[in-house]
Amino acid sequence: MSEARTHIFQRLRAVPRPEVDTTGRDYVPIYDWDRAERIKRFTERMQAVRAEVHHSDRDSWLNLLADLCKAKGLTNLLVSPHTEWGQAIYQQVGEFPTLQDYDRAIEAWKHEMFYNIDASLTSTVGGIAETGSLILWPTEQEPRIMSLVPPVHFAILDTQHLYTTFAEAMQEQDWLNQGMPTNALLISGPSKSADIAQVLAYGVHGPKELVVILI
Amino acid sequence: MAKPSEFRIQVDQALGKTEVRAHFRKAMDTLMTNRRNQFPDNAELQRLRDQAQVIRANALSKLPELLEQLESNLTRNGIHVHWAETTDEANDIVLKIMQKHNATWMIKGKSMVSEEMGLNHFLESKGIEALESDLGEFIIQLDGETPSHIIMPAIHKSKEQIAQLFNEKFPDIPYTEDVDTLTRTARDILREKFYNAPVGLSGVNFAVAETGTLCLVENEGNGRMSTTIPPVHIAVTGIEKVVEKLSDIPPLLSILPRSATGQPITTYFNMISSPRKKGEKDGPEEVHLVLLDNGRSRIYSDPELLATLRCIRCGACINHCPVYVRIGGHSYGTVYPGPIGTILEPQKSGLKVHGELVQASSLCGACGEVCPVRIPIPSIINRLRYEGVRQDGGSALDAGSKRKPLEAITWKAWSWAASHPSVYNLGSTVATQVRNLVPHNLGAWTSVRTAPAVADKTLHQQLKALGVDHE
Ligand code: SF4
Repeated sequence: MSEARTHIFQRLRAVPRPEVDTTGRDYVPIYDWDRAERIKRFTERMQAVRAEVHHSDRDSWLNLLADLCKAKGLTNLLVSPHTEWGQAIYQQVGEFPTLQDYDRAIEAWKHEMFYNIDASLTSTVGGIAETGSLILWPTEQEPRIMSLVPPVHFAILDTQHLYTTFAEAMQEQDWLNQGMPTNALLISGPSKSADIAQVLAYGVHGPKELVVILI
Repeated sequence: MAKPSEFRIQVDQALGKTEVRAHFRKAMDTLMTNRRNQFPDNAELQRLRDQAQVIRANALSKLPELLEQLESNLTRNGIHVHWAETTDEANDIVLKIMQKHNATWMIKGKSMVSEEMGLNHFLESKGIEALESDLGEFIIQLDGETPSHIIMPAIHKSKEQIAQLFNEKFPDIPYTEDVDTLTRTARDILREKFYNAPVGLSGVNFAVAETGTLCLVENEGNGRMSTTIPPVHIAVTGIEKVVEKLSDIPPLLSILPRSATGQPITTYFNMISSPRKKGEKDGPEEVHLVLLDNGRSRIYSDPELLATLRCIRCGACINHCPVYVRIGGHSYGTVYPGPIGTILEPQKSGLKVHGELVQASSLCGACGEVCPVRIPIPSIINRLRYEGVRQDGGSALDAGSKRKPLEAITWKAWSWAASHPSVYNLGSTVATQVRNLVPHNLGAWTSVRTAPAVADKTLHQQLKALGVDHE
């Protein structure tokens, strides 16, 4: 053990510590939103930070996505063939720009990822209505960079997993007992900054566009 | 007259810059309005503040145990934990990691603790470049400046100044004042840097003991880039940033961005619990956490001053401070400006170095009212003023160092007179009689004000005339 560590702990342990009354620490639900209300709030929040939100369903999302890819003039789309959504997309290859799977470690194709990928599509593990946030737990099939480096990020959110607040999402999905993944993310809009004279600019280091498809 | 201190000189200079002052005024007004709009329901705001306070106070009351738990969980998850008592030690730890990887430069996400460490300078002296990637930090680094605000580091700069700066540093790119274009320029330059960076460094907003998770709050994505792209990630943070449970995170995340910039949430909330695992295709292979003390454990020893460590660095106290808005962030000459700097810096570096800052407050109370974790900043300022002049030891670093013999005797005499009515009455009566002899020039006080006039009758005399029996 380092000497620094020993000294720090010695000092911290040397003093009497206050008892803290922890009443009021736990989450109290303050909203009573049904699914329609959650969808409405989520959409409003996302749109307020310039994310695109499309309301769709299991029958029509594939066409919607194909149209969006065309309208945005994308030449390729990074998407895993192993997710529910990815499987459907790969069955309709002809309708989409060139599909690319993230099938190797990043080191093997970093340049392509940084400079040639136009857009990506990922699934989400849930959403938060109060703040307009997507919850992502990147996996081996859908690694971390997918929602970070490509300029356009499509995300599909199954509204069954749209929770009212972050606290509820965490509780209902039992994050604690599931064990935290390498990286868990909340994403609430495209990347932005107001560092230049407080003028809001989008697309700083992360995606310039975030497109959410609600199912 | 005594030589004015560095702080006074800087304040004087800052007050002379009318344009910058107007700029700060406008920026702070916007931030205050944005925050207010985020909390339409006052009862809910107060409940949230209570909750955030309890979470932070609880974490501090169990600090050593939580730090041990954090360390063991992080280690189990594969994250290397390092301890530093001083900023020198922390810098050395970072340097050793760099050297182990033969890294000649690093890319940085925003981190105030790295500012506290003076990391960029230190690494530079060892021939290692530390490149800032937060847009605001990038801008001030180009200009060789330090942050003037903990959340918006380049807030003192106008659009035109930034446009000129870019033009000077990147002459190949056409001059523009268009913010979108300037932002895109920075994006392109930094993308290439992220692509090549051998090491990424970041701060930490909250560290969860229960799960061994490092949480980062940001809007731009540079924090995610710095912690995802380079093969090595080094996080630096203060030992006080730990919280006990995962369920403590949502309330803190709810109140932090709303208090800071008036956003419901930041674009990214990034929770890191391990380096790249087997089978995963990206993320750093190695993650380090450097836990810095630098005076925090001394602050910890005083039950009143301890509240300082609850701070979640939202900057709301800064945005609402009537002193900060006038003198700006650089005048303080410290890493943390505004009310939080006023209480934190003298405790970290000692009252001898930064004790004067506790005078930079009108005690209006705004900081204490907006603080999301209810740090009683005005009381702590008062306490530190007392620590500065007390005679009997005290727990702040350099307690008693601000004590002046003449001032001490004057106050003693005053307190003696005030507790002896006959002396007091005699004194005040004499004062009314020599009232015209009060000089018009009372040094600094009268340089911008008229000298105070003594009344022609004492309060006692006036009350007596009104028939009030004051005894
Ligand atoms: S002292 Fe309170 S208001 Fe100021 S930065 Fe810290 S948490 Fe925010």
